[in-house]
Amino acid sequence: MVNICFYFQVHQPYRLKKYRVFDIGQHHNYFDEQKNKEILKKVATKCYFPANKVILNLLKEHPELKVSYSFSGIVLEQLEKYSPKALNLFQKIVNTGQVEILDETYHHSLAFLYSKKEFEEQIKMHTKKIKQLFGQKPKVFRNTELIYNNQLAKHIEKLGYKAILAEGWDHYLQWRSPNFVYQPPKTKRIKLLLKNYKLSDDIAFRFSDKNWKEHPLTAEKYAHWINQTNKNGEIVNLFMDYETFGEHQWADTGIFRFLASLPKYLLRFNNFVTPSEAIKRLKPKDTINIPHLLSWADTERDVSAWSGNRMQQSALKNLYQLQRQIKRKNNKQILNDWRQLQTSDHFYYMCTKFFNDGDVHKYFNPYDSPYDCFIAFMNIINDLKTRIKKS
Amino acid sequence: MYGWEFPPHNSGGLGTACYGLTKSLSKLGTQITFVLPGLSKIPSADFIKIISANTKTIRINSPIIGYMTSQEYFKIDKNDIYGPTLFAEVERYAQEASRLAKTEKHDLIHAHDWMTYPAGLKAKQISKKPLIIHVHATEFDRTGGHGVNQHVYKIEKLGMEQADHIIAVSNFTKNKIIQHYHIPPEKITVVHNAVDFTNFKSNRDFKINKKDKIILFLGRITIQKGPDWFVYLAKRILDYDPNYKFIVVGSGDMEGKIIEKAAELNLADKISFTGFLRGPELDQIYQMADLYVMPSISEPFGITPLEAMRNNTPCLISKQSGVSEVLHHCLKADFWDINKMADQIISILKYPEGYQHLKENTAQEIKKFNWDEPAQKCLSLYKKIGETKW
Repeated sequence: MVNICFYFQVHQPYRLKKYRVFDIGQHHNYFDEQKNKEILKKVATKCYFPANKVILNLLKEHPELKVSYSFSGIVLEQLEKYSPKALNLFQKIVNTGQVEILDETYHHSLAFLYSKKEFEEQIKMHTKKIKQLFGQKPKVFRNTELIYNNQLAKHIEKLGYKAILAEGWDHYLQWRSPNFVYQPPKTKRIKLLLKNYKLSDDIAFRFSDKNWKEHPLTAEKYAHWINQTNKNGEIVNLFMDYETFGEHQWADTGIFRFLASLPKYLLRFNNFVTPSEAIKRLKPKDTINIPHLLSWADTERDVSAWSGNRMQQSALKNLYQLQRQIKRKNNKQILNDWRQLQTSDHFYYMCTKFFNDGDVHKYFNPYDSPYDCFIAFMNIINDLKTRIKKS
Repeated sequence: MYGWEFPPHNSGGLGTACYGLTKSLSKLGTQITFVLPGLSKIPSADFIKIISANTKTIRINSPIIGYMTSQEYFKIDKNDIYGPTLFAEVERYAQEASRLAKTEKHDLIHAHDWMTYPAGLKAKQISKKPLIIHVHATEFDRTGGHGVNQHVYKIEKLGMEQADHIIAVSNFTKNKIIQHYHIPPEKITVVHNAVDFTNFKSNRDFKINKKDKIILFLGRITIQKGPDWFVYLAKRILDYDPNYKFIVVGSGDMEGKIIEKAAELNLADKISFTGFLRGPELDQIYQMADLYVMPSISEPFGITPLEAMRNNTPCLISKQSGVSEVLHHCLKADFWDINKMADQIISILKYPEGYQHLKENTAQEIKKFNWDEPAQKCLSLYKKIGETKW
């Protein structure tokens, strides 16, 4: 018997307007409300509604089923504004009592890398929002894009969390398996849950890939793979974007049928846990030393997707340089705009790493090119600077 | 191979492309006889310009030059042997040029753009060898879709229908051929152009003065290339920031109109017109510029951005171009979106990290665009067409 921990990440950014140099000082509407509304409604139709219905039915059908979610604060805001019905379904899911919600930075930001103070403030905002909407106080933390290192684990332990999630990357695991609970070095209590990226990505990335030798993937076959880990592990952490269901893997790939029939097969020999249950039940097997920044993105699993080129570095530097002035001014609107600019997606759109091959970075990019995103972002920063001076 | 022009006697990208392709094909072992029109006035050394041991050029006496219009043909001094109109001359030229199909040994005929299609078709009748026509531009590109010359259209359509295969310089062009000439897609292969790297190198700084940013237009001054949009763009930028200079390089039927337009908008001291440039001067002017702009309204490929990049100058290119399919590290906009283009230019020059990143990537990306790959694609196609035919 192995413990299965499903964790879904729910996030949508506030995308920027194509803010022109001529707009500086003219208006301060940085975010494309129309487009954000359209996209959120589209994702709700394709993913949140159908996936929530499947999950809710499954939870009712199988009281032993457990799942966990993390929502960015800004996706929750957008759900409140543009799709309260989808939000209501999420609340129903949480109300089954079989669901754990995790904490993260409210703005899905890279703040941990640039300002610990801002990082903590955004976590506080997030905790408050989760309490308000779902009535839970999270005990487990996941950082934006699963960005992680030893230092983060220590910091998060000080804030009182019991566990933290990270990528189960071979480079740091070496001969060890991701299918155990671990402990970060030089910590007292906090536990580390590592994503089984092979099994997670079988669903998240490969499910509809016709060139994959396992295609088509059935729930039965997948359950069989999970059962096999029984010999080498106690827990399988399946972490993925919630948008996998219906948005990354479209409904016509059969992803919802797969999801609906999976628990039935998995429950035959296994058992579901939330992260908090996992760390209560399982003892850490070892400490895993992760001194450098690790994430769940790209083959590099580092932070180069957000801060690898000089445009990204310059945009981030310019943004975080404003922190002191902005916090001194105490202008709510300016502070809020500044925080929404911290969302990691803006920097992801400036990535030129795999630009030549035109891959996933391009598919999700609302701009013609990373240069256009940089231009809009920097124009906004300049407008923000003029507002700070004036206020 | 039938072409219109060859550097140094070229007036546009067609000659540059033919030269680059021929050079790389002959390097790959293909023997090429390049036939093109020319006046006996041109010194004989240029008649038999040796590109490589594999290649020879033959000039057929004719006053046709690349991108010539019927009106322009009317104006030139003509010898009695030449046709009275451009079309008559293209026909006469086809007769003369196709005669070579009897005497010059060949396995395949490759004809570049409409003026040579009749020659290619006649040569095919004579030698029964397969014909590939290479579409560098269609009448729809040259006229911007307005006032398509029916006579030219018919010649193009006939060539496309009767050829054994068609090479298009981009998907953009392939789609035009399907849409406007009703050719089945499987008959068309896309071979993107490239750029020759034997350019003029200099360490000199050609900047006019340090304060002003220099924005360059380079191309024939004709509706297809969007020179009027360039002038409006200059106006939009200068209204925001006067520390810019604009340079227009090239000549063409709209030259007078564009100069007048610049004067009318009070930009006479801000826009310089240099006329047609070639050789080291061409590279110098690219190096002088901070950014090269190609605002073409319909550009089948567009080699000039590659020439700019070869000179380490970043580009802003119109999305209505073939080169935008293959070029990533550049700015792109619709040719009519003056506000966006002005924003891109001002902003990228305002934020040095963005400009430097673009410039570095420009230098990296241009390395991919050498003529060996397109030549290799042509060669594979020759073999494929040859096999089915012979």
